[in-house]
Amino acid sequence: MSDHIVKAYDKELEILGRKIAEMGGIAEKMLSDAMDALVDFDTRLAQATVDSDPRLDLLQRDIEEQAILTIARRQPMAVDLREIIATIRISGDLERVGDLAKNVAKRAIKIAGEMNLPRATIGLRSMHESAAILLKEVLDAYAQRDAERARAVWIHDADLDSLEDSVFRDLLTFMMEDPRNISFCTHLLFVSKNIERIGDHATNIAETVVYLVTGETLPMDRPKGRNTLSEAPTTVV
Amino acid sequence: MTGMNDVPNLSPGPEVGPPTTAPAPEVETPAMAPASEVKAPATAPAKLILNLEQKVSVRNLKFYYGPSLALKNISLPLYANKVTAFIGPSGCGKSTLLRVLNRMYDLYPNQKAEGEVLLDGVNILRPEEDLNLLRARVGMVFQKPTPFPMSIHDNIAFGIKLYEKLPKSELDDRVEAALKRAALWGEVKDKLNASGLSLSGGQQQRLCIARTVALRPEVILLDEPCSALDPISTAKIEETIDELKENYTIAIVTHNMQQAARVSEHTAFMYLGELIEFGVTAQIFTSPEKKQTQNYITGRFG
Repeated sequence: MSDHIVKAYDKELEILGRKIAEMGGIAEKMLSDAMDALVDFDTRLAQATVDSDPRLDLLQRDIEEQAILTIARRQPMAVDLREIIATIRISGDLERVGDLAKNVAKRAIKIAGEMNLPRATIGLRSMHESAAILLKEVLDAYAQRDAERARAVWIHDADLDSLEDSVFRDLLTFMMEDPRNISFCTHLLFVSKNIERIGDHATNIAETVVYLVTGETLPMDRPKGRNTLSEAPTTVV
Repeated sequence: MTGMNDVPNLSPGPEVGPPTTAPAPEVETPAMAPASEVKAPATAPAKLILNLEQKVSVRNLKFYYGPSLALKNISLPLYANKVTAFIGPSGCGKSTLLRVLNRMYDLYPNQKAEGEVLLDGVNILRPEEDLNLLRARVGMVFQKPTPFPMSIHDNIAFGIKLYEKLPKSELDDRVEAALKRAALWGEVKDKLNASGLSLSGGQQQRLCIARTVALRPEVILLDEPCSALDPISTAKIEETIDELKENYTIAIVTHNMQQAARVSEHTAFMYLGELIEFGVTAQIFTSPEKKQTQNYITGRFG
């Protein structure tokens, strides 16, 4: 969209887009580092993940300030307006993704000493895989202004929801098997919730991308749970 | 009482306006279309919004300045008690269209309209249309304020007196009501005998709106009413427009996109004499259907 009569306007929008890309990169890395730290009991990596969160917060603030200034300066209309609103919304979602990943990292530090059941994280790993793909796909959809790709993410978040259900059942089983598992399994339950929420933020971003590209909003009700899987028109993976 | 023959004066006609307003389109036209080319390109017909009463229906309107075609087959509605904004770059024909709606163009030679403009279902382009009556029903406010060189009170009473013989008290009531409608009463109620020319630009413009409203027209045409005004006066005029639409059907030409977005329910985007897009304002300014509309409103016009 680099063809405004006023070149500085293009520049402003371009900078906003670039900052979203940077936020996306950091959020993706935080999520994968936090999960690696959890699975490998790597407290140093976990701490590094926690430490990278402020950068994300700073970027979000930056984007909001820039977006507000641009609105005040240019009175954007139509696609430009949607563009700027999208950056505000997406930066908010990515900032939350960072918070959730940071929370996973903190729990990784907590349970690193007591966790003695490696198979307890198997389900979480596939949840993470699924969430990481959603996040990557939706960021690509944003970068390429691809509404179809965003719509696919929106549909496929249901996969993550049903994975969460099965992780919940697994963790419950471990807790019933041995009360000593309860403490770290509870942490892992929160981790699964966090990953599920990251998926929700990915679908929020997907909705924003569809709005940005088409000007239309997606329906309020998003497909939920397992039964929608077979109907999904395209596969994300 | 002045005879009916003088009536054209009262809807602030071009005779009283500064020369910049009315004749301007003639200057614009040469750029619009090659003189010989009179074929009408297929302009997208305006999508009708159902369930709304059409106060004015423009149908297949073509307009000529001499041999050059300035409006190429325009069709669109003005909905009753709604504000319709006309936007587009200079020379696109929006002022021309406005001038057709009360046949202001009739005052000039070699200007000709074809097609239909229905006001309450009756074609006002008929030769037998009573223009004095038409211009009382369809009032117009110009870009530059055009108060008469007389007192504030008389600026408004003048037009009323041309049409009706009222007792003084009733006339005063009408003047007061008109000034209130135009959101000017509070500022001038203590100096109604001061000259209309002593007012500020924004006040003069609202005086012109009051003068138009005093005649109780059905449709009000505003041709860039705020382009010469400061933001405060502009806000007051916009507030006035908001209030007026309860009783009137309003068409406004504006170069200020934000103003169109603020005051209107429907927006028509015109370019080179064609209607490119007509639709609900909220949609035009957030996600217009046509690329050309988007390029124009986002400042990408080449």
